[in-house]
Amino acid sequence: MSENRYQLNKELAQMLKGGVIMDVTTPEQAKIAEAAGACAVMALERIPADIRAAGGVSRMSDPAMIKGIQNAVSIPVMAKCRIGHFAEAQILEAIEIDYIDESEVLSPADDVYHINKREFKVPFVCGAKNLGEALRRISEGASMIRTKGEPGTGDVIQAVRHMRMIQSEIAQLSSRREDELFEESKRLQVPYDLVKYVHDNKKLPVVNFAAGGVATPADAALMMQLGAEGVFVGSGIFKSGNPEKRAQAIVKAVTNYDKPEMLAELSENLGEAMVGINEQEIALLMAERGK
Amino acid sequence: MVGILAVQGAFIEHAHCLERLDCEYKFLRNRADITADIDRLILTGGESTTQRKLLKELDMLYPLKNLISDGIPVMGTCAGLILLAQKISGEEEPVFASLPVEVCRNAYGRQLGSFSASGDINGIRDFPMRFIRAPFVKKTLSDEVEILNVTDEKITAVRYKNQLGFAFHPELTDDLRLHEMYLSL
Repeated sequence: MSENRYQLNKELAQMLKGGVIMDVTTPEQAKIAEAAGACAVMALERIPADIRAAGGVSRMSDPAMIKGIQNAVSIPVMAKCRIGHFAEAQILEAIEIDYIDESEVLSPADDVYHINKREFKVPFVCGAKNLGEALRRISEGASMIRTKGEPGTGDVIQAVRHMRMIQSEIAQLSSRREDELFEESKRLQVPYDLVKYVHDNKKLPVVNFAAGGVATPADAALMMQLGAEGVFVGSGIFKSGNPEKRAQAIVKAVTNYDKPEMLAELSENLGEAMVGINEQEIALLMAERGK
Repeated sequence: MVGILAVQGAFIEHAHCLERLDCEYKFLRNRADITADIDRLILTGGESTTQRKLLKELDMLYPLKNLISDGIPVMGTCAGLILLAQKISGEEEPVFASLPVEVCRNAYGRQLGSFSASGDINGIRDFPMRFIRAPFVKKTLSDEVEILNVTDEKITAVRYKNQLGFAFHPELTDDLRLHEMYLSL
């Protein structure tokens, strides 16, 4: 990937800021998401809650299914490939996906190596639990980061934990003396230049969204107040009682995340939220995949 | 006071440009933010469908439309240009419909079609232009629309009275000349 192409890919993520990216499994759901104000959709065959329920190996979606969604909406369409599965990523690039999510939601294809994302022209978003993971993914060529959270649970605790961790590590790094950054680079296992960037700019060099467990407008507002630049909502919308209304409410909550009166109004009568699973009840921790 | 539409998209980038020019601004995120001291408007990059939806739902569409027709200086970049256009190809309803042009959304295709270029804009030489899933102006609908830039045979910058529309993102570069031009309107 040329330097200019990487810059254009980071810039697309900048355009998504302040928005909600929704998981959809059919063209109909994609249209509902677009009409509700989603700034992008994530096309996948099964949403994380169902992947969790079904068990077994979970892979990239059928390209025909993804194309159906690309044809149904005018907003950017993202899709997931397995961690380390560069052939799946090549296929997604061939169908001109707007963003690839190298995602721990699917079964990892490689337990050592992530995809060398610099070899691709299309942009990648990757999950991270802490600053080291985020910068390692950026070093591999990711042009957008999201918290891992814990997908398919409707439990926001891990997204909160990951966002707080990344923000506090950024704050700590920023307060370091310049001559300490070399040691930080060693400790975080990331290139010095990225450490220096975070130190000087007090932020990641790419956009950082919240993901994994967001189910209500209040969850979305919480993540935005903790420093997320936008929100992914996976199972939270189409596993709830009234997807259309909930989707619209979450979109508005991300725009006015610091206005409690508006959030109160938005949170009224949304119908049933997804049932969810508490983190202690989960057998499979997806956030532990890919470090 | 410049009002920057901040319902979704790259509004902070515009704010940083204005800060560097020592210009006061305010983010507009709901109707209550549209106060009487707003005498300029910037419509930012982002997803126009999302912005359109939020403008309606948050009751901001008509107050802002009125300000534009009152003649306050407006700059729309990318999605902002789409919001201003009188006609959007393939779509039934325009948004502010104040700028007599027809625009095509995602006119260069998906993200793989995003590109950068350099061009002259109304006497400003070699301006760096970032096109991100960009629209272009398919045609102008009034003789009073000034064409400020054509890149690869496509109109990418226009001016009509108080309104400036750019298909690209001056806010993504360090070059402040277009923001200066806007502030001189």
